[in-house]
Amino acid sequence: MFSVKRLSLILVVIMLAATMFTACSQSSNTNSNEINVGLNYELSGAGATYGQDTVDGIMMAIDEINAAGGVLGKKINPIKQDNKTDPAEATSITTKLATKENVVAILGPATSGATKASIPVAVKNKVPLITGSATADDITVDAKGVKEYGYRICFNDSFQGTVMANFALKNMNAKSAVVLMDSSSDYGKGLAKNFRETFTKAGGTIVEDEAFIKGDKDFSAVLTKIKDKNFDILLISGYYNEAGLIIKQAKDMGINKPILGGDGFDSPDLAKLAGNSALSNVFFSTHYSLLDKDATVVKFMDEFKKKYNKDSNAFNALGYDLGYFIADAIKRANSEDPTKIKEAIDATEGFKGVTGKFSIDENHNPVKTAVVIELKDGAQVSALKIEP
Amino acid sequence: MEQFVQQLINGLSLGSIYALIALGYTMVYGIVKLINFAHGDIFMVGAYVGFVSITYFNMGFFPALLIAMLFCAVLGVVIEKVAYKPLRNASRITALITAIGVSLLLEYVVMFFAKAGVRTYPENVLPNLEMTILGVRITFTQVCIFAVTIALVILLQFIVHKTRVGKAMRAVSMDKDAAQLMGINVNNTISVTFAIGSALAGAAGILVGVYYNSIDPLMGIIPGLKAFVAAVFGGIGIIPGAMIGGFSIGAVETMVSGYGSSLYKDAVAFAILILVLIVKPSGLLGKNTREKV
Repeated sequence: MFSVKRLSLILVVIMLAATMFTACSQSSNTNSNEINVGLNYELSGAGATYGQDTVDGIMMAIDEINAAGGVLGKKINPIKQDNKTDPAEATSITTKLATKENVVAILGPATSGATKASIPVAVKNKVPLITGSATADDITVDAKGVKEYGYRICFNDSFQGTVMANFALKNMNAKSAVVLMDSSSDYGKGLAKNFRETFTKAGGTIVEDEAFIKGDKDFSAVLTKIKDKNFDILLISGYYNEAGLIIKQAKDMGINKPILGGDGFDSPDLAKLAGNSALSNVFFSTHYSLLDKDATVVKFMDEFKKKYNKDSNAFNALGYDLGYFIADAIKRANSEDPTKIKEAIDATEGFKGVTGKFSIDENHNPVKTAVVIELKDGAQVSALKIEP
Repeated sequence: MEQFVQQLINGLSLGSIYALIALGYTMVYGIVKLINFAHGDIFMVGAYVGFVSITYFNMGFFPALLIAMLFCAVLGVVIEKVAYKPLRNASRITALITAIGVSLLLEYVVMFFAKAGVRTYPENVLPNLEMTILGVRITFTQVCIFAVTIALVILLQFIVHKTRVGKAMRAVSMDKDAAQLMGINVNNTISVTFAIGSALAGAAGILVGVYYNSIDPLMGIIPGLKAFVAAVFGGIGIIPGAMIGGFSIGAVETMVSGYGSSLYKDAVAFAILILVLIVKPSGLLGKNTREKV
């Protein structure tokens, strides 16, 4: 019998050849008038909106930079690849960008999982990788130390805990808090942990520490328990799905204390779940607000709306900053050598973006301002910048 | 004390939902000895049917409730005919695995059409009234949930004990072959059981939608499992047992959150399942004189 083995061998050879040819045909000729920057983004799959939004912001920044003459006298050439919101795919794209496309740096991915998978490849190939929105705490630094070529320009999950604790202490004069955290996500746990630490260190007390898990719908037992307790604020450390329901049930029950949270609240679904009338006296930290009156931010918002015909969100703004951030690093490195660019990124001091002014710390995280947004009747009524 | 009563009321409204789902589990088990794992997902479908009726067809609560129950009843019968009936004489594990398959099918078909994100019921489906008696707050929605549950259970008891169909159900659950010899149409009786059980799950679905205002395609999994615990706790196959089990699990969960730590409420529910299975496998009401439906 013409063996299956031989048949599969032939098939493998054909497939190998095919991949080699496609790889060759796709690798761009290095044009000496252009600087290649890789974009490794979620253009399809579950994280498609995050990836697409970030890329919109990056492309807007790169277009502006190129229109103004580029960097080091050369145009920036973005090489855009779709990682399908798949960590494995993101890894192979990182390899391809670093080894075949001769990029000086890689921007992305947008989601924490894909970023976590991509960074080891970037480290191995010594190409800086900068993410605009992966907020998990262990993206840039884990138990084994700082990841040499991995950076981000958004604050991490636990930083928001610190910001909200400071906001509660200083802006609201809160002395006691109830913490309600999503114990099924790293996000919820990280945020709650840092809130607790900062809040108690400054003399505040945590009256009650409660937890819920993703998908819970009934919070009446916990809320009844805290209802008659004496506390100043309620921190909900979780995503909008549960936070919306907690806020609704709390207000229905007559708990009118201020409710605080992180960027997990930043979704139009929060108002749908809680109802507009319940969404008052609610504060959350996020990266960016449409209420910002800062001149550069207003300019960005207008230009963005003109270009894409929609309101900009946090991902657009972070992408836009990412574009200028890498251009700034290349300029300061005065070189197209990825290692020199990495050193320039390390030395970033007071970079001014639309999501705030920041420097890069020794853990490759930005030290930046957060925006605390107040909701009243479901609408954003004020945005306050909180220094780290 | 006030707080205790308040927590009890919270537990009762949660328990009503578990009880409604548990009744379907218990009825189906009683009659075909099948743990219908797709039951939690029928509950989810009921929530979506209610959502569509209220949001897109502007129906009131009670018409939407009826539609959801009717739709789920038909769905339950179709599932039984298509997936379970051909396996009635196969080993029980085969039917159980099929039930898990049906469960996943329902979840992901709904996810395909309705998308994975949460949907919210419109506000004020039921009037937003509430009253405070001696410091204990009771909302109109809670009263409705409790009342609908009790009404449905009474109706169910009536059907089972006072009608010919109910008599047939009891007969089939005792001995299928003997019932057939007596001229009872076993297939029809099983279909009716599935229809009633699924209708109750559909009712629970819309009640959850109205009470919590949030539905999603995977919402049936955990309540389904807890209702299963409730059914086992009360004695699987016994109708009053399922109701007592549902209210008990709801109350236990609320009390654990209210007086212990909310972190352990699910763990406690499933610890009860293990304890019951070890100490009294036949459940709270499971005696030798068991009456099954």
